[in-house]
Amino acid sequence: MTTILAVPPSLDDASFEQVLAPLAALPPDAKLLVDARHARWASPYGLCALLVLARSRAVKPQFLAPEGDETASYWARTGFFKQAERVYEPVRPLPRSRAGDSHVLLPVTEIGAHGDVQEVVARISDRAAAIMADELRFPVSSAMGFAMVLSEACQNIVEHAGASGWVAVQTYQWRKRLGRKVVVIAVCDGGLGFRRSYETAHGRPASDRWDDGAALELAILKGASRFRDPGRGQGLPNIRKYMGRWGAKLSVRSGTARLSVVPEWDDDPPLVEQLAEFPGAQVQIVIPAQVGVEG
Amino acid sequence: MIARVALDVSAALARAECDLYSHLVTRATGRAVRGQLELLLGELAGGRRLAVLDFSRVGVLDFSCADEIVAQLLLRHGAGRVAEAAASVAAAAAAASSWFYCRGLHEAHLEALEPVLAHHELALVVETIDGAVRLAGVASDDERAAWHLVHETGGGACAVLAAHGGRAAGDLAPWLARVAARRLVVDAEGGYWPLRLA
Repeated sequence: MTTILAVPPSLDDASFEQVLAPLAALPPDAKLLVDARHARWASPYGLCALLVLARSRAVKPQFLAPEGDETASYWARTGFFKQAERVYEPVRPLPRSRAGDSHVLLPVTEIGAHGDVQEVVARISDRAAAIMADELRFPVSSAMGFAMVLSEACQNIVEHAGASGWVAVQTYQWRKRLGRKVVVIAVCDGGLGFRRSYETAHGRPASDRWDDGAALELAILKGASRFRDPGRGQGLPNIRKYMGRWGAKLSVRSGTARLSVVPEWDDDPPLVEQLAEFPGAQVQIVIPAQVGVEG
Repeated sequence: MIARVALDVSAALARAECDLYSHLVTRATGRAVRGQLELLLGELAGGRRLAVLDFSRVGVLDFSCADEIVAQLLLRHGAGRVAEAAASVAAAAAAASSWFYCRGLHEAHLEALEPVLAHHELALVVETIDGAVRLAGVASDDERAAWHLVHETGGGACAVLAAHGGRAAGDLAPWLARVAARRLVVDAEGGYWPLRLA
């Protein structure tokens, strides 16, 4: 029997939980069909997380692409289908991209090694000034900072996941929640995740509370690392501090928990627990345009 | 006498990564670049030396590379660290053989470097791309004041510096000794001297 996972019309970090919910009751080798026919929109997080979902299964899931021409075309331009061909069994041939898209600042790109991070930084750094200055009205000098944050987020995969993952960067108008233009970075992997990464190196801590939420707090708020070198573990805490200056939102999901560093413009809870189990770590950074200088 | 060693970080990156990349990102790249810089430093065995790390041709510098290159170089050579006890201050100053100075830094490079220095409680003399020289990292107000006095006056004996700063020599002396022990100034010929490129 094949279980159908319906992709909601609007796929982002919140609605992706609906896709995951039915998985909890299924064994890893259960046959799946990921049905995106009715999808109309997807965030970079949604697209990357769909790839992680497929990679995490023992049997390649089947996949049905969006039926809407515009949506299918956009997903193709994000580079999603190119990656999906490797991890899904498409029920029908997937659409091909014919041209780039100005909203796609970095197509969905696989990250598995340090060289991949270098390639991503090289690709984005050419456009970083345009992203920060033209899209978000930040000073041009912030372009290097944008590339630095992207690099650190991607390195989380290489250093900790033990498996490859995906990164994507897009810009869009976030009318519903913010009423401003945003740039969104998503970095998702299906590897060890934070809790298992710590346990691999240090064993289970002698603490009353040790779960995915506690592991996320250790990593993001306290800068603890599975590595004993005192210089390690500073990537995500430094991203958190750096993004705070830009009024950005940082969210990291791992296992059954999601920790968010929530700016004033958002009302997400800082920690959500007892989510459906999902392997690895999924990072989302939302950088809003500067107030009063909307382009 | 201190020998100046010019270390072009971008050239070290080209050697370490076979010219493939132009950005100082990822921990692996940082380790490889530091290896190249250590080789160059090792070629000048013996004597006192000022290693000048030139970042002027570096694009992106991330936290991991800042840690692997700058912080680890300082830590491995015992430079920039806080010395608490007077005995360890004197011992650190006497044992000093390598001083470090970073030049050609863009604002974004400093944004990567400052948190890394703070994490390790290190301090470092840096020159930004526009030529301004300042102290980066962790230093007390007294250490900063002592360093500024040496930097602004061009250096000299403690009594001379104290006179310039309108301070009692006895009050200034321990702070000069500390910034010398942290290799933020040079302790030589009976005085304290700024890290200078020429």
